[in-house]
Parts: sequence; C-alpha cells; structure tokens
Amino acid sequence: MNSSFQFFPEQASATAQHVDHLAIYLIVVATIFSAAIFMLILYFAVKYRRRSEHERPHATPEPMALEMAWSIIPFGLMIVMFVWGASIYFEMARPPNDAMNIYVVGKQWMWKTQHLEGQREINELHIPLGRAVRLTMTSEDVIHSFFVPAFREKFDVLPGRYTTAWFKPTKAGKFHLFCAEYCGTLHSGMIGSVYVMEPAEYERWLAGGAGFESLVSSGQKLFEYLACANCHRTDKPGRCPNLVGLFGKPVLMTGGENFTADEAYIRESILNPSAKVVAGYQNIMPSFQGLVTEEDLLQLIEYIKSLGQKPESASPATGAIPPALERRGTAGGPTSRSTGRRPEAQKR
Amino acid sequence: MITATVEARDNYLTHEYGVKSWLLTKDHKRIALLYLASITFFFFLGGIFATIIRLELLTPPGDLVSSQTYNKLFSLHGIIMVFLFLIPSIPATLGNFLVPMMLGCKDLAFPKLNLLSWYIFVVGGLFVLYAMLIGGVDTGWTFYVPLSTSYANTYVILTAVGVFITGFSSILTGLNFIVTVHRMRAPGLTWFRLPLFIWSTYATSVIQVLGTPVIAVTLLLVALERGFHLGIFDPALGGDPVLFQHLFWFYSHPAVYIMVLPAMGVVSELVSTYSRKKVFGYKFVAFASVAIAILGFLVWGHHMFVAGQSVYASMVFSMLSYLVAVPSAIKVFNWTATLYKGSISYDTPMLYAFGFIGLFTMGGLTGTFLASLGFDVHVTDTYFVVAHFHYIMVGGTMMAYLGGLHYWWPKISGRMYPEGWAKLSALVVFLGFNLTFFPQFIMGYLGMPRRYHAYPEEFQVYHVLSTAGASVLAVGYLIPAMYFIWSLRYGPIAPDNPWRATGLEWQTSSPPPPDNFEITPVVTHEAYDYSVVEEMTVG
Ligand code: HEC
Ligand code: HEM
Ligand SMILES: [Cu+2]
Ligand SMILES: [Cu+2]
Repeated sequence: MNSSFQFFPEQASATAQHVDHLAIYLIVVATIFSAAIFMLILYFAVKYRRRSEHERPHATPEPMALEMAWSIIPFGLMIVMFVWGASIYFEMARPPNDAMNIYVVGKQWMWKTQHLEGQREINELHIPLGRAVRLTMTSEDVIHSFFVPAFREKFDVLPGRYTTAWFKPTKAGKFHLFCAEYCGTLHSGMIGSVYVMEPAEYERWLAGGAGFESLVSSGQKLFEYLACANCHRTDKPGRCPNLVGLFGKPVLMTGGENFTADEAYIRESILNPSAKVVAGYQNIMPSFQGLVTEEDLLQLIEYIKSLGQKPESASPATGAIPPALERRGTAGGPTSRSTGRRPEAQKR
Repeated sequence: MITATVEARDNYLTHEYGVKSWLLTKDHKRIALLYLASITFFFFLGGIFATIIRLELLTPPGDLVSSQTYNKLFSLHGIIMVFLFLIPSIPATLGNFLVPMMLGCKDLAFPKLNLLSWYIFVVGGLFVLYAMLIGGVDTGWTFYVPLSTSYANTYVILTAVGVFITGFSSILTGLNFIVTVHRMRAPGLTWFRLPLFIWSTYATSVIQVLGTPVIAVTLLLVALERGFHLGIFDPALGGDPVLFQHLFWFYSHPAVYIMVLPAMGVVSELVSTYSRKKVFGYKFVAFASVAIAILGFLVWGHHMFVAGQSVYASMVFSMLSYLVAVPSAIKVFNWTATLYKGSISYDTPMLYAFGFIGLFTMGGLTGTFLASLGFDVHVTDTYFVVAHFHYIMVGGTMMAYLGGLHYWWPKISGRMYPEGWAKLSALVVFLGFNLTFFPQFIMGYLGMPRRYHAYPEEFQVYHVLSTAGASVLAVGYLIPAMYFIWSLRYGPIAPDNPWRATGLEWQTSSPPPPDNFEITPVVTHEAYDYSVVEEMTVG
C-alpha cells in the first residue's frame, strides 16, 4: 500500500493553481468558522454544565444586532466564494483563440481521441507542453465525463451534442484521465492517461504516426464516398448550398431564423437535414442517420471547416473557433444520434 | 433525570392486543411504530450493502465482487437509504408520534389516510425489494438517462415504480401534517407558541407536497421511455438527457431538505431541553425553516455545473445556493447561543445534538465549497461530494434521528434505556463517522471519482481509513438497536417527564393513553418556558 499522505493533487495546468488557491480560501474560512463554533460549544458546555437538578437559568437577551451580524458576515464571505469561483469558471469556459483542437468520443467504456493530424488513440491522449488544448467531445451512448484531476478540469460528454473543455498543460508527465460520470458496468475501467510532452518530443510522436491521414483528408474522402460532393459542388452554384466558407458564419433558414454554422449545426444538417432548411433551397438532402459514426461526423465537420480557408492557414490547429461562452462547452441542442446503439437485451 | 414508580395505566401499547390491532390501527402512535419497524429494517439492509461496498474498496483492484454487483450494491444502497430510510425517517416515525401530541390533540387530521400512507410505503418498499431479489438495479439512485432508459439491463422499471409509489406515502403524510397543524392546535397554542419541531416538520411537509409529484412524474417518464420508447430523454429518440437532470434535481435538491429540516427540528428540542433554555432567536429559527423550504426549490442547478447548462444559469444557481446556506448558518448560531448561561446536562440525546451541530456545520460548509463554481468543476462526481452529503445526511440527520429516538424513547416505550451504553454508543458513532467520511474529502480533492469499483493505488490509504471507520460506525449503530430492544422488557419504568421538558407531549403519561391526553391541554405559555415545568412536574 502506498502510505504517503497527500492533500493536493499534482498541479499540471495554469487553472489547477487557481483552483487550489480558491480551495485554500475555502478551507481557511471553513476552519475558522467551525473552530469558532466548536470552541464556543465546548466552552459553554463546560462553563454552564448543570450543577444541580433545580437550576433554573434565566432568559438571556436576544439582541437583533447579533442575529443580523451572524447572517450578514457569513454571507459576505460567501459572496467572495461566489465571485472567485465564478471567475475561475469563466476562465474554464473560454478557450484561448490559439488553442489546438482535439476530438474526443466517449463510449461504453473507452475514450477515443483524434488529433487533427489524424492520430487516433484509445484511452490515451498525447499533448504538447505549454500549448492550450481545446477538446470537442461527444458520446456514442450514455453520458460520460472527461476528468483530469491534475488539470482540475472536468466536463460531461453527452450523446447527441458537442461539449468542450480546455486546458493548458504546464508540466510534462503522465496524468490520470478518468470517466467521472457513472456510465454502467465498467465505469471504473473507463480510465486512461494524458501524456504531456515537450513540444519537440510531441512533434516526433506525431511524426511517428505517419500512417495516419489528417482529419481533413479523411473527411474529404468521406465527403466523396458518401456522395455529398454530387450535390454540394464547390465549383458552381446549384440546387444545393455551397459549403465553402460556411463554418462559423450565420445561416438564414427558410423560417427566417438565423443560426451560426458551428459543429452542432453541421452535425444536425447531416443527421437530420429537415430540422433546419437553408433559405432558398428545397428540403431534398437525405438523412445520413445510421450511415456515419460519431468519428465520421467529426471528420466531415473538420473537412467542411477547412473549405474556404487559405491553404496555409488551413493548418488545422488554428481553425476558427466559435465563441464557446454562451453555453459552457455545449455546442447545441439535442440532435439525433447516428451510431448504432448496443443491441438491447431484454428491457425490464 | 427523575425516576418514577410503576403505575398501571391504560396506554396505547396495552389498549389492544394482537397483530390485527396493529395492522388496522388508526392511532398515530402505533402507525409511528409500524414505520419505525419498517425503516429500521431498510436501514440495516442498506447498511449491509454499505458494508460490502466498503470491504470491496479496501484494496485497489475490484476483487471481492464483480463490477456489475458492485454497481448494484451502491445503487440499492442509495435508493434504500434515501427513499426508504432517510425521507420517511424523522417525519414518519417521530413526526407521526409527536405532531398530534405536541399540538395537544388526539390524532392527526386524517387517521385512516395516515394508515394508508404506511401501506403505500410498504407496497413501494416491496417493489424495490422484489426488484432487488430478482436481480437488482444498477443505475445509481440518480437514475441518469439514457443509461437508465436505454442501456441498463437491470430491473429499472420495477425499482422506479417502487420509488414512485413511496412518493405518494410521502405526499399523504405531508398533507396530513399540514392540515393537522392548521386545524387542530390546542386552545391557546398560537403559531409562535409552537415547538420548533412543528415548524420544521411543517416546512418539510410543504416540500413533500410540492416537490414529490415532480420526481414521481419524472420516474414515470423514465419507465415509459424504457418500456415504450417514448422519446423524452434519450437523444437517439429525439429526447434531451439534460432535461432529466433538471427534473430530477428539481425534486432531489429540495429532498435533501426533506431529510435535514426535521433533524434540525429535533435538535432545537434537544438543545433547549438539555440546557433548560428557550431556543435563542425562536422566530429566526422558525422562519429559517420556511426560508429553506422556499429557497431550496431554486438551487437545483448546482448539481449540473458541468452537465452542459449555460454559464449564466450556473452563476445564478451558484448565487442562490449561497442564499440558502444563510438560514442554515442562522440555525447553527442560534443553537450555540442557546447554550449561553444555560443549565447544560450531558444526557445521551444532548451528546447526539452536539454531534449533529458539529457534523452538520462541516457538511454545510463543504456545501458552500461545492457551490463555488470553479471549485465544483474539479470535485463534482468525486468522493468530495460523497463526503459532503454523508456529513449532512448521516452526520446530521442520522445523529438527530438517534438523538430524538433516545429523547422520546421513554415516552414511546414507557421505559428508560441504559444511559451508560447509550453514551458509549453515541461516542462510537461520532468517532466512527468521522473516521469513515473525513478521509473522503481528501481523496475527493485528490481526484478519486465516485462510484468506482476499482481505483488507482495512490488512493488506498484513504480507503483503508474509511473502511476502518465504517466498521466502528457499524458497531455504533448495532449497540442502540440491541439495548432499545432490551429496554422494552428490562428497562427501568420511565416517568412522565424524565427530562423536565416543556413540550405538551411530556404532560401526559408515558406511554400516553390512546387518546394522548385525558383532558385537552390549554396552552398559556410560549414554547420552552422552563419556569412552568417545575410547577407541572411537581404538582
Ligand atoms: C441530394 C443532394 C444532397 C446530398 C447528397 C447532400 N446534401 Fe447537404 N444539403 C442539400 C441541400 C438541398 C441543402 C440545403 C437544404 C437544407 O438545409 O436541408 C443541404 C444542406 C447542407 C448543409 C447546410 C448548409 C448551409 O449552408 O447551412 C450541410 C452542412 C450539408 N448539407 C452537408 C452535407 C454533407 C456532409 C453531405 C454528405 C454526407 C451532404 N450534405 C449530402 C443537398 C444534399
Ligand atoms: C448548506 C447548504 C448546502 C449547499 C450550499 C450545498 C451544496 C451542494 C452542491 C453544490 C452539491 C453538488 C455537488 C456536485 O454534485 O458537484 C451538493 C450535493 C449534494 N448535497 Fe448539498 N449543499 C447544502 C446542504 C445540503 C443538505 C442540507 C443536504 C442533505 C440533507 C445536502 C445533500 C446533498 C446531496 C445528497 C448531494 C449529492 C447528490 C448526488 O450527486 O448524488 N446538501 N450540495
Ligand atoms: Cu463513466
Ligand atoms: Cu443540492
């Protein structure tokens, strides 16, 4: 048994330090309060212990000022907790613009990660030191939660929508990756490791996976294979909208509403095209529900993102990122799911 | 303590004999005992599951039971402890016994409905037991979708229906209490003369009546989606899984106050009696209960800070959670101030009350940690949360329940319990509890996720401490079970008012006659006026 006591987990991101400082404030306030109450109780219990059965204590005055003081002072301290906590939460919700994108798909009971360069990993994630990483996450089945204690970062991974999380590792090493939302039988086996590597080492690691195709080019292949290209022609306008430069722009619908073309919008356009029909077009696009997996979808999205970007800025890591502030991490409402569900045994 | 001589008087226990007289009783005191027996059974059942869980976690690999079994164990532990023990605990046993007596009336407003509540509770409990016996359920007590609706291969519908049914028992009990408090107070018993136990039970009842229908409907929807593929929660069917969480916590946050408000009421009674002083700031304590009941409905989103709700929603819920912490803090301060210049005795119930104040304070303070958004992201769904709510529900509610049981035991059974053993077990419970749950705060902050069957080596120290504590705690709970049973036969006969307390329930015989009072009492004083007790007890 490892018998060394430890009170703070490793700090491997900038946020980790901020959370620990907040934790120290919380612990100090709590300790002072509970110590004060415990000492008072102890003191009163001893000082005013019953000395005879016939004692009849007199009523003590109950000053209003006292009641006010012990309502308002704790509340003031709690406001600090609120503001401090909220400011860290905002920081967690706002990935920096130069963050590199990595995709995460959770399924019972493994984590699949995909780098834009094409590397795919299972229950592992390799990232470079000092570079902000933005995860776009979804689930193939139930709700999971991506948790790296050393980064103090956690966010639920839901089926049918994209959520995001980000962190900037500040320490090289191997760190735990846990699933924190109970997800069925092997929940506690849904664990893995995050490897934070020196940038040069990371480049080497990337190069080592030479057999992989970048997400954009796998996406392009899928785009052709699924015959999207027959309708969505990039050369001439026709019955179908041109997807070049679509990503991140507002799109006008037949009903007059406007939507931003983010990941969730594209996902829905592919799985459930009739939900939102672009103004000026007929509702003729077929649904690809059941034909594409969550990973395929991510590749298609990445390909559509790349359309219209100048080749050099198409360096995938700096793709345009929609402001993720409105919904912390959530890139859209529920849409239908594409991947086959596990064959269900008897329902009881 | 005062002792009494034997006097054979007709009382509710000896008034009628035979199984039938119990199963068809309309006497609130007997119904309270029916509940006491049923929930004690569920408590020990849930306790057995907890024991196996703690034994499994003694070592890092999952080696004692399989993953599937482990998941069923913690699910059933949670479901049984929350829905079949804690929610009915104080209201349905002590509340049932005491509400009419504290109000100076003969029974609850609807005695038959009261008996019906118990039967409904038993039927709901049987559903859960049946589900358990034929294979169990592995969704956790939270029934999160789409795991529960589309993926789990266990008896989800049966269990959900069981919980759904017990909900009605909770609603009916709440309704009965509300009507009784409004309509049946003894002459002279104005609202501000009510014991604080009544205030908190009343506030609890309001939550039960308003909140329980929501969980009932939610669980029904889970059953319908699972059984008939209605697309409500599962995105594959066009539903929204976060909607479930909103509905679930809209009830389940207030439900945590269903579990703790009555405990606060008990503690107000204990602190006052054993320091012989009026509860400091009576009105503040009374209104704090009402404030908690109302504000408790506005904070459910603090369970969903990383679930995908908007940043702004999270901020509002965080702020409101701090608001609800204020009335809880007010209560703690007022109890402490009650001790000032009192005449404090260390009888067993008071030891439990001290224990409650200490542990509830720690539970409440760590609640304010969790309401701090940036902190919660890290610790949500870890053992930190597990420790937080056990500090409140076991450290708080369970301590108050045991304290209350000891305090009113002379009234309930007509017998005294053995004081020495009782003090010893109070101490064992307190120490065992802290040893079990304090290490969980630390391992939670270190990142140990909850509901894990196996875990990395570095967490083992804390798990070993926790398991050791759990064994101590188990002993602490077994001792009272034994001496309470022992005392039924061998305990010294209890006087009518052994603690010289002020409540109306102490002005009748122990155990009380079937109709509670020979003559309907008339109330001329505020609650907790110790100058009048002396006259009453001596006279
Ligand atoms: C039968 C022709 C057809 C095929 C095949 C087709 N689409 Fe479409 N698609 C359309 C039409 C027409 C629209 C506009 C109407 C609408 O919004 O449904 C559209 C809309 C879209 C949009 C939203 C565009 C905007 O401007 O907002 C996206 C994204 C898209 N399709 C992606 C795809 C992908 C990816 C594939 C292949 C998997 C595909 N489509 C296959 C006809 C097609
Ligand atoms: C003093 C005010 C309180 C505050 C501010 C507070 C805050 C919180 C927060 C923010 C959470 C969510 C933690 C998370 O999942 O990340 C939580 C969880 C919980 N709290 Fe409290 N709490 C308070 C009092 C209580 C009380 C009085 C009870 C019970 C009687 C209670 C029982 C619970 C339970 C059962 C959970 C976890 C449920 C689960 O996820 O299974 N809390 N609390
Ligand atoms: Cu999981
Ligand atoms: Cu809550």
